[in-house]
Amino acid sequence: MPILGADMEKGTLIAWKKQPGERVGKGEIIAEVETDKAAIEVESFTAGVIEKLLVKPGEVVPVGSVMAIIRTEGEVGAPPSGAVPSTAAPSVTVPPVTTTPLPSPAGTPEPGRLKISPSARQLARELGVDPAGVTGTGPDGAITRADIERMRGERVAAKKKETAADTAIDRQTRMRQVIAAAMARSKREIPHYYLGTSIDLGRAMAWLAEENGRRPVADRLLPGVLLIKAVALALREVPELNALWKGTEAVRSDAIHVGVAISLRQGGLMAPALHHADRQSLGDLMRKLQDLVKRARAGTLRSSELSDPTITVTSLGEQSVETVYGVIYPPQVALVGFGQVVQRPWVVEGRVEARPIVTATLSADHRVTDGHRGARYLAAVDRLLQEPERL
Amino acid sequence: MTTPSQADVRQTVLRLLGEIAPEADLALLRPDRNVREQLDLDSMDFLNFIVALHKQFGIEIPESAYPELTTIDGCVTFIRNKLAQP
Repeated sequence: MPILGADMEKGTLIAWKKQPGERVGKGEIIAEVETDKAAIEVESFTAGVIEKLLVKPGEVVPVGSVMAIIRTEGEVGAPPSGAVPSTAAPSVTVPPVTTTPLPSPAGTPEPGRLKISPSARQLARELGVDPAGVTGTGPDGAITRADIERMRGERVAAKKKETAADTAIDRQTRMRQVIAAAMARSKREIPHYYLGTSIDLGRAMAWLAEENGRRPVADRLLPGVLLIKAVALALREVPELNALWKGTEAVRSDAIHVGVAISLRQGGLMAPALHHADRQSLGDLMRKLQDLVKRARAGTLRSSELSDPTITVTSLGEQSVETVYGVIYPPQVALVGFGQVVQRPWVVEGRVEARPIVTATLSADHRVTDGHRGARYLAAVDRLLQEPERL
Repeated sequence: MTTPSQADVRQTVLRLLGEIAPEADLALLRPDRNVREQLDLDSMDFLNFIVALHKQFGIEIPESAYPELTTIDGCVTFIRNKLAQP
């Protein structure tokens, strides 16, 4: 069971996507797991053949537990065994129908003299439906088998809807608990320091307008993509901020995987990774960001997207916030926030002009860096945004 | 080709908005108010909506037209004008 976020302790296996004997590639989806935040598709760490599935759907599995054995290429293993049924639809318990009988419309049988065929009565018994609550549609209002089946269907649908609503509320509650645990840990363990700077986006916005004018509607870029790319490239200059805290020290990451805070429409947020963000073209970053937002909201993120971020970017500009003081998501050691792009008076070559200005903030772990390095980092982000054509 | 009626365009616009914000009660939307504010659409949602309009109606939508498309009434007018152009 991979760790899919700070303070994740366990996950519930929903379904296996592969069975013993099947070949899997590295990164291929092999299982679906329910965490406190969302359902996540788990990717295989390695390529090989599924030898054995050790966990059954529905089981709660602690982080770090072995869930399956994969025989890697070249390994000689036992023949596949231990197959586990892939999944079963969750059963829905349907209580007996106890609705109050509706007043009999004209032409329908009198109360107490239920008009129902023996076959329909038998079916009602089998399905646990009280015929007294069923409106008959047969001759003279007689209750037919179809009426019983319809009532049963309505009860099942109502129960499913109720269950889905309860699940959504449960997930919201659990998500808040997970966020609370991660943020409390962050504030408890990480000595944050905060820096902020105002960045003139005049050149970046003008370049973007021109660039988008050349692009088809579906390929247009959002300003946020430029910000993400600048954040990623600036990490090459101050790599101490691209690290994970492990035990008693920060371990730098060679790869730059930018976690992007995405608010979910039903509440809460997730921050999945844009892998190798520093190496992607703006067009690729945009496509991947669109895909990530869509899948985060649909609940189909992959395990590596949640476990890999090495820094997080959050933007609250669209909520008219000018400055973001973010909380670092452990074990990361930095977070960059962007506020709203606002028109401000700005001195350009001795003249005051109205320019689009954004406030960029850095929340960083003082165990790993100090203000001097943090300031260098924000200056690099600013400089990169002054040359948008090079992003 | 005949320009689709106002009602048809409005219905299609609402359907596309419903796909972007499936949890929304579209019946409560005010056609003259900003849909981004009413539905809490972020810039990615809005861009997806623009792309959906472009694909559905086969019209070009420059970025300069985005402000006109922030209300349902504005969308209907813009789309019908575009479709009426030779």
